[in-house]
Amino acid sequence: MAVLTPQRSAPGSGAPQRESRRLGFSQRLGRWDVKLSPYLYISPFFILFAITGLFPLGYTAFVSVHEWSLLGGQGDFIGLQNFADVLAHPTFWKSLVNTLSIFVFSSIPQVIIAITIAALLDQNLRSATFWRMGVLIPYVVAPVAVSLIFGRLFADQYGLINSVLNTIGLDSIAWHGDRIASHVAIATMVNYRWMGYNALIFLAAMQAVPRDLYEAAVIDGAGRVRQFFSITVPQIRATIIFVVITSTIGGLQIFDEVRLFDATGLGGPDRNWMTTVVFLYDTAWGNQHSLGRASAVAWLLFLLIVVIGLVNFLVTQRISSAGPTKKSKRKSNTGGNS
Amino acid sequence: MLSSTRPTRRTAARTLQATAGVAAVALALTACGAAEGSEGGSEEDGPITLKVATFNDFGYTEEMLAEYTEEHPNVTVEHVKAATTDDARSNMTTKLAAGGEGLADIEAIEVDWLPELMQYPDLFTDMADPELDGRWVDWKVQQATTPEGKVIGYGTDIGPEAICYRADLFEKAGLPTDRKEVAELLGGDSATWEDYFAAGREFVKESDVAWYDSAAGTFQGMVNQLPAAFEDPESGEPKDLGENTEVKGIYDEITASVDDELSAGLEQWGDDWVAGFQNDAFATMLCPAWMTGPIEQNSGGIEGWDIADVFPGGGGNWGGSFLTVPASGENAEAAKELAAWLTDPAQQTKAFESAGTFPSQLEAQDSEAVQSFTNPFFNDAPVGEIFSTRAQNIDGAPYKGANYFAIRDEVTNALNRVDITKSTDAEESWTEAVEKAAALG
Repeated sequence: MAVLTPQRSAPGSGAPQRESRRLGFSQRLGRWDVKLSPYLYISPFFILFAITGLFPLGYTAFVSVHEWSLLGGQGDFIGLQNFADVLAHPTFWKSLVNTLSIFVFSSIPQVIIAITIAALLDQNLRSATFWRMGVLIPYVVAPVAVSLIFGRLFADQYGLINSVLNTIGLDSIAWHGDRIASHVAIATMVNYRWMGYNALIFLAAMQAVPRDLYEAAVIDGAGRVRQFFSITVPQIRATIIFVVITSTIGGLQIFDEVRLFDATGLGGPDRNWMTTVVFLYDTAWGNQHSLGRASAVAWLLFLLIVVIGLVNFLVTQRISSAGPTKKSKRKSNTGGNS
Repeated sequence: MLSSTRPTRRTAARTLQATAGVAAVALALTACGAAEGSEGGSEEDGPITLKVATFNDFGYTEEMLAEYTEEHPNVTVEHVKAATTDDARSNMTTKLAAGGEGLADIEAIEVDWLPELMQYPDLFTDMADPELDGRWVDWKVQQATTPEGKVIGYGTDIGPEAICYRADLFEKAGLPTDRKEVAELLGGDSATWEDYFAAGREFVKESDVAWYDSAAGTFQGMVNQLPAAFEDPESGEPKDLGENTEVKGIYDEITASVDDELSAGLEQWGDDWVAGFQNDAFATMLCPAWMTGPIEQNSGGIEGWDIADVFPGGGGNWGGSFLTVPASGENAEAAKELAAWLTDPAQQTKAFESAGTFPSQLEAQDSEAVQSFTNPFFNDAPVGEIFSTRAQNIDGAPYKGANYFAIRDEVTNALNRVDITKSTDAEESWTEAVEKAAALG
C-alpha cells in the first residue's frame, strides 16, 4: 500500500481517474494475494486447532471451576475448590512422582539408545533399507498388543523374565510389588515402542551432515568415536532437541501401558505406578465421576507441561549458543529447516 | 482436556489431525443417528426400527429377533453388540450425559452400574408392569427398583454362585472328590465361611497348592452377603469404615487365611491368574454361573474341574444384567414391549442354550432345557440344576448406594496389598483403607 499511494498521486490531474483506479484495484488484489494467501493456505490447520485444541482447552477451564459430575452434568460454580481438592489429594502427588520417574526411566535411555542405533544404521550396511525398516517394526505394533506381550514377560509368578531369573539362580523381581521395578517395566514398554521411531529421526538428521566434514576429520586422524562426538552430535543438535521435547511431552502422558499393566489398570493397590493421566481418567470415569476435578487435573498437567517445555526451551537456548561461533551459525540454519 | 488425555505420545500436529478426524467421524455418526431416529415416526402402527444395544453375548440370536418381527410386522429390530462391558458403559454414560442423543431404544446394563444410574431415575422409562409380577426371582427385581418404586430395567441373566473345585488336586490331598461329598465337606446346606476356610487349612497341610485364587475375589463374594455393607440404606450415607465391624470381620477372616497360605495371591483377570489355571495354582474358587466359561477357556488341557452345589454363608449372586429403556427414546412404549418379550422365560431359555447366560426368570430356571443341562468340562456336572438351587438360596439384594464401589475398592486395595504385592501387613493396610475411604467424597 505504501508503494501504491505515491504512484496514484503521481498522475494526479493528468491521467483519467477510472483507469488508474482499476489498475490500483488489480494491483491491490495482487498485493493481497501475496500477503494473505500464505495465511489462508495454512489457516485450515489453525481453524482445526481452534476447534479441537483451543476450544476444549477453554471449556476444560470452564468445567474445572464448577461442580460437574459425569452423568449429572453442570453443577454449582465453586471457584478453585476442585484445584484445592486435587492438590490436597495424596494420590495426585504420588502420580506426579510416578510420572516423572517413569519419564526418566523411559526418555533418557530412549534417546541414548536411539542415537546409538542411528549411528550404527548410518554406516555402510548391506541392504540398508531392510535394517532401517526393521527398527521401525515395534512402532507399528499397537500399544495394546505391546502391553499384552510385555504383560506375559513381566508377570510376577509365571512371567518369562522371572522364570529365566529363577533358572539362573536369581530371585524373582516383584514387577507389580516393587515401585521402581514396576516403573522400569512400564518404561521398557514405552522404550520398545519409541526407540526405533526416534532412531529413524536421528538417522535422517545424520544423513544430512556433510560428508566432507568426516573426510576432513579422517585426514586429521580422528577415530570413529571422536567423529561421532565431535561431528555427528554437534551437527544434529537441533534434532536431538526436537526428540527430547517430543519425548518429554509424550513421557508425561503415558496411559495405555499403565492401563494394561494389571487387570484393574489403575496403578496397583498402592497406586505405585499410576501416572497423572491415569489419575485424571480415574477421577472422571472411576468411582468419583467428577469431571470438574478431572478438568482441574488436566489443567494442572497442562501447566506442568508448559513449565517443563519452558525449561526445555531455556536449556536448548543455552546449548545452541554454547558451541563455537562458526558451528552455531551453521546449526541455526539446520534448526530453521527442521 | 483433550490436550492432556491423549493416550499415546505423538507430535502435536499429528494428534491434531487424528483428533480432527475423530471429530469428523463423530459428527457424521451423530448425524446418521439423528436421521434414523426421526425416520421412526410416532404413529402407533407405523413402521419403526428398534435398536437394542448389548455387550459380550446376551444370547439374542438373529433368528430370535426375526421371530419378533414376524409377530410385530411393523417393527424391525437392530442389534448392536459392544465387545466389552467397559466399552458399552462408557458409550452409554457419555450419551446419557449428552442428553440421550444417539442412545439405542433398549440399552443393556450390568448390575454394577445400577448404583450410579439409580441416582438419575428420570433418564429411564419406568418399566413397572403388574402383569410381569412373579416372572423373576424377587431379588432381581429389587436390584433395579428405586426407593420410590420405579423399575428401571427388566432382568436378563444372573450369576448365582457355587464352588468350583479341582477334584484331581482334592484327591492328591486326601479330600473327597465326589461333588456331593465335597458339598458336605464345606458344610452342606448350612455351610459357613468358617467351614470353607477350615477345609482349606486341611487341604494346604497336604498340598503345595493354594486353596483359593484371590483374596479380593473371595472378599467380594463374602461382602455381597451383607445386606448393607458400606452404607446406611435409610439415609444413603456411607458408614464409617473404621467402625464397620462387619466388614472388618470379613477382612480379618480373609487376611488370616492369607497368612495361612490359603490364597494363591493372584489378581483376578490378570496374566498370572490366567496362567495360574495351567500351573495348578489353586484348588477352589467362587464360581458364579458365567465363570464356568472363563475357567474352561483358561484351563485348556487341565482335567478335574467340578462344581459343588454349595455356597458358604447362604446364597450369593455375582453379576447379571438388565435391559433398560432410556427415557429419551422416541419409541419408548414399543421398546418396553420388546424388552418384556426379550426377557420372557421362553426367550431367556433360548439365550441360555445359545450363550450360557443363566436366566433370572423362575419359569426359565424350572424349564426342562435348563434343568437337564450338563457341562462336560466340569465332569458332566448338572450345572442347570445346581445353579437353580443356588439361585433359590439367595435371600435378597444387598443395598448398594452411590459410594458402594468407591469404598469397596479401597478395601479391595487393602487386601491386594496384603495378598498380591505383600507390601504391608494386614492391620497397617486396613488403617490406610480407612483413611482413604474417609478422604473420599
